Amino acid sequence: MDLDSLRRILALIVKELLAILKDPRSRYTVFVPSTIQLLVFGYAATYDLSRIRYAACDQDRSAASREFLASLEGSGTFLRVANLESAEEIQPWIDARKALAVVQIPQDFERNLLAGRHADVQVIVDGRNSNTAGTALNYIGTITDSFNVAWNREHQGVEPPIRIESRAWYNPNLETRWFMIPGLLGMLALIQVIIITAMSVAREREQGTFDQLLVTPFRPFEIMIGKALPGILVGMVQATFVVVVARFWFGIPFNGSLGTLYTGIFIFLLSAVGMGLMISSLVTTMQQALLGALVIVMPCSLLSGLGTPISNMPQAVQYLTLINPLRYAISVTHRVFLEGAPFHLILPELVPMGGIALVTLSVAVWMFRHKLT
Amino acid sequence: MATEAASQTSGMEYHHSTEPVILYEGVTKHFTRGKREIFTALEGISFRVEKGSVTGMVGPDGAGKTTLIRLACGLLFADEGSVRVRGWNVSDHPQQVQSRVGYMPQKFGLYEDLTVQENLDLYGDLHGITGEQLAERTPALMQMTGLGRFMDRLAGRLSGGMKQKLGLACTLLSSPDVLLLDEPTVGVDPLSRRDLWEIIHQLVADQGLSVLVSTSYLDEAERCHRVAVLHHGRLLGEGPPSRVSEAAAGGSWLAEPPASLKLRQLQSRLITSPGIVDATLEGKRVRFVASDHTPWESGILENATCHETSPRFEDGFMVLLRRAAGTGASIPAADGEKTPTVVESSPEVVVEVRDLVRQFGTFYAVKNVNFQVRRGEIFGLLGPNGAGKSTTFRMLCGLLPASSGTLRVAGVDLRHARASARQRMGYVAQKFSLYGQQTVMENLEFFAGAYGLRRERKNRRIQWALDQFELQKHVNLPSGELPGGYKQRLAMACALMHEPEILFLDEPTSGVDPIARREFWYRINGLADGGVTVIVTTHFMEEAEYCDRMVIMLDGEILAEGAPSEIRQLGHGPEGREPTIEDAFIAIVEDFQAAKAREAA
Repeated sequence: MDLDSLRRILALIVKELLAILKDPRSRYTVFVPSTIQLLVFGYAATYDLSRIRYAACDQDRSAASREFLASLEGSGTFLRVANLESAEEIQPWIDARKALAVVQIPQDFERNLLAGRHADVQVIVDGRNSNTAGTALNYIGTITDSFNVAWNREHQGVEPPIRIESRAWYNPNLETRWFMIPGLLGMLALIQVIIITAMSVAREREQGTFDQLLVTPFRPFEIMIGKALPGILVGMVQATFVVVVARFWFGIPFNGSLGTLYTGIFIFLLSAVGMGLMISSLVTTMQQALLGALVIVMPCSLLSGLGTPISNMPQAVQYLTLINPLRYAISVTHRVFLEGAPFHLILPELVPMGGIALVTLSVAVWMFRHKLT
Repeated sequence: MATEAASQTSGMEYHHSTEPVILYEGVTKHFTRGKREIFTALEGISFRVEKGSVTGMVGPDGAGKTTLIRLACGLLFADEGSVRVRGWNVSDHPQQVQSRVGYMPQKFGLYEDLTVQENLDLYGDLHGITGEQLAERTPALMQMTGLGRFMDRLAGRLSGGMKQKLGLACTLLSSPDVLLLDEPTVGVDPLSRRDLWEIIHQLVADQGLSVLVSTSYLDEAERCHRVAVLHHGRLLGEGPPSRVSEAAAGGSWLAEPPASLKLRQLQSRLITSPGIVDATLEGKRVRFVASDHTPWESGILENATCHETSPRFEDGFMVLLRRAAGTGASIPAADGEKTPTVVESSPEVVVEVRDLVRQFGTFYAVKNVNFQVRRGEIFGLLGPNGAGKSTTFRMLCGLLPASSGTLRVAGVDLRHARASARQRMGYVAQKFSLYGQQTVMENLEFFAGAYGLRRERKNRRIQWALDQFELQKHVNLPSGELPGGYKQRLAMACALMHEPEILFLDEPTSGVDPIARREFWYRINGLADGGVTVIVTTHFMEEAEYCDRMVIMLDGEILAEGAPSEIRQLGHGPEGREPTIEDAFIAIVEDFQAAKAREAA
C-alpha cells in the first residue's frame, strides 16, 4: 500500500464522515435511537417483578392462613386485589387478567399445620406469559420456604438442616439493568455499524455516484477501507456514549480496563463492518440494504444471549451462536464491566470474534471485487 | 325535463366550441423549495390552444412546461390567473375537465410486468372502458401505433419508442378530445420520434383532437401549428413557428472558413464574439446569428466567405433566449483561449477497440465493435436507447468488463491495468452524480484527493476549476442545490481535476438549456484543441456536428463511421434541404432494418 493509496483512502474517509455529519438525519440516528433504547431497556426492560397482582381465596380464615398471606404481602412484591369466597370465582379473575396469580388456602390449612401434617396451598398462575408466571411462582416458593422455616422454629423449635447464605457476585442485588445496559452496547453498535456501512455503498449506487467513484483510481480494497473505517469510528463514538451513560447515568460499576474493553469493541466492530459490506456488495438500493441489515441483526440479537440464556437453547442452536459476533461482544462487555476481567481472560472471546471479522471482511472484499469485474 | 337538460348541455357545447380549447390567462404558480425558498415556476403566462391544432411548448428544463400541463388537467391549481379547458375553469371543475382530457406524463405509468394487451385492459378498466367498447377501440389504436404484433410482449421488454407509443395508446383509450403530452419523445430514437409525430398529426387531422405538447427538441416545435417559447417561467414568444424564426430575421449567416482555419475554431471564435448570438456547425459551414442591436466586427471572420441566409427556428429561439437572459453577449472566453496545438497529420491512437463483444446471458449487447480514436479527437457514439452505445461506453471507462475483444485506453490494456488507466481519464455521467449534500468545495477536494493531487497542485487545480467554471460564488452551496447548468460545470470540473488525457462524456447535455449547451461544447472544443481526447455519447443528433468523427450504433453493431460531413451524405433531406445528421441516421437505420428483413425472408 503506497502513499497515493493512503491519500486516496483518507480523502474517502473525510468524504464519508462529512456525509454522515452533514446529514441531520444520520446525525440523529447515531444518538437518538441509542438514547431511546438505553432508556427503554434501562428502565422498562427488567425481569424483576414487583407489585404482582394476586387474589386470595382463603377458605380457612384462620390465624395461620392470615399469617401466610401477610408474609406474601410483607415482601412488597405482591399486591392483593381481591378476596375470593369460592373456587368458582377464580376463573374470571385470571381470564380478565385482573390477577396474575390466585392463592387458594383450603379449610383444613391451620388444622393440618398444627397437627404437624402437610398443609396444601394451591397457587394458580396465568401461564399465558410463561416468563412472568415462572418468576411469580419462584417468588411464592421462596416466601413459602421462609414461612416454613419460621413456623417450624416457632411451633416445634426445630431449625431446618440446611440454610442458604446467598451472595451474588458482580451484581449483588441481581439488577437486570446491570446485565442489560452493557449488553446493549454491543447490540446498538451492531445495528448502527451494519446500517451505516450497508447504506453508504447502496446510497452511492442508487445516486449514481458509485460509477463516478469507480472511474477514479480507487482500487476495490481502498474503497472497502474507506467505507469501513468511518463505520468503525461511528461505532466507537456510539459505544463510548453508551459506556458513559451506563457508568454515570445508571451508575453501573466499571471494574475492568478501558483498553481491554475498546480492544474488544474494535474487533467486534470489524466483524460488524464486514457483515455490512457483505450486504452492500449484494444489494443495489438503499431499501434492499436496510432489509439486508434487518435480516442479519434480528438473528444476531436473538442468539446473543441477552434475551434468553444461550445454555437454555437447543444444542443445535447453541452451535449456531458460535458464529454470532454479538454473543462474544456481549460476553466481553459483561465481563469487563462487572467482573473487571483482564485482557488475558477476555482473549478466548476475542479470538473467535477476530476470526469472524477476518471471514466477513475477506468475503466482502471478494464479493466486492467479484461484482466489479 | 330531460330534453331541457339535453338542450342545455348541447347549448353549452356550442357556446364552448367558439372558445379556445385551452386558455391560460395570467397564470402564476409558486412552489416552495426546501424550507424557506419560494420558487416561481410560472409568471403571468397567457396563451391559448385552438381546437383541432397542435400547440407546442418549447424551452429548457425548468421553463415551466410540465407545470402548465399539470395545471390544464387539474393536478395543480394556479396561484393567480385562470386556466380554462373547453370553457370549464379547471380549479372549479377539475372532474369535468379530467373526463375530457387525455394526459400522458413524461414517465407514463406502464406496468412493465404486464403485456401490451394487459396494460391496455388495465387502462381501459381505469377509464371504465371494457368489453365490447375496448375490443372496438383497440385494433385502430394498435394499427396506428404499429404495436399490433407485440400484444403479448411484456411492456418492460419494449423499446423506449414502443413504450411511448403504448403510453399514447393507453391515453387515447378514453377517446379524449384534448390531449396533453409532456415531453413524449424524451429518450426515444429518431425513427420512433418521427412515427410519434406522424401519429399526433394524424389524430388531429382525422379526429379533430386538440393537442398541447411540450418538448425540448426544437425541430419538433417547428412541426406544431403554434409554439409557445418558455424560459424560467416566462413566455418569451408565442405564435406560428415562423414567427419565432422571424426574431432572427436579417441576422442569420452562413460562413465557410478558408482552408487555413478549422471549422470548430471559426465557430469558437464566433460564439465568443460580442454581437454574435449563436454559432453552430452545419456541414462544412458555420451558421451564426448576429444580434439585432450590437454590431459585430467583420474582422472575426478572417477570410471566411460569408452570405446571409434565411433564419431557422433555432436561430429565432436563441435570439429570444438571449434577449430574456438580458444580454446580447455570448459565451465568455475561457482562460486565455488555449493555443491550439499544431495538429499532426495523424496523431497517436489513444483508444483502440478491437472485436469488442459484451454478452448478457444469451443476449449480445455489443457485437464485434471496432474503432480507433486519436489524440485530440472528439469522437461521438450515437444511437437510440438499447443500441449498445452505453454498454460500449461503460466498457471503455472500465465500469464493465468485456466478454471478449481488446480494449486499450491510453496505451493500457483495460483487462490488466485498470487503475493506472483510470488515472488518465475523466468521466462525466449522464445523471448528476456528485455528492449532493456536500458543498462545491468539498466535492472538488474529494475528487482532488481521489486522483491523488497534493498540496500545491491540488490548490492550483481547485482554483483553476473555480475560475474556469465560474463556481466561485457557489463554493459553499451544497452541490445538489446548484442550478442545472452549474451542476454540469461542477461535474466537468471534478472530471478534469487531474488533467486527464481522455474525457468520457455520457449524454452530457440532456436536460441542459441551449445556452449552457453551447457553452459546454465551446469548452469541449477548447479541451480538444489542447490535446484532450473526448469520447461522447449523445442522442441529440445535431450535437453530432461537433464531433470530429463518430459511429452510429444499432443493435450492438456499428452501422456507419466517419466525419459528420461524410455521415450527412448518407441521408436524403427533404427536397431543397441539405440532409442533416438525423436524416442520415434515419436512412441508415431504415437500410439496416430492410436488410435484416430481407435476410429473415
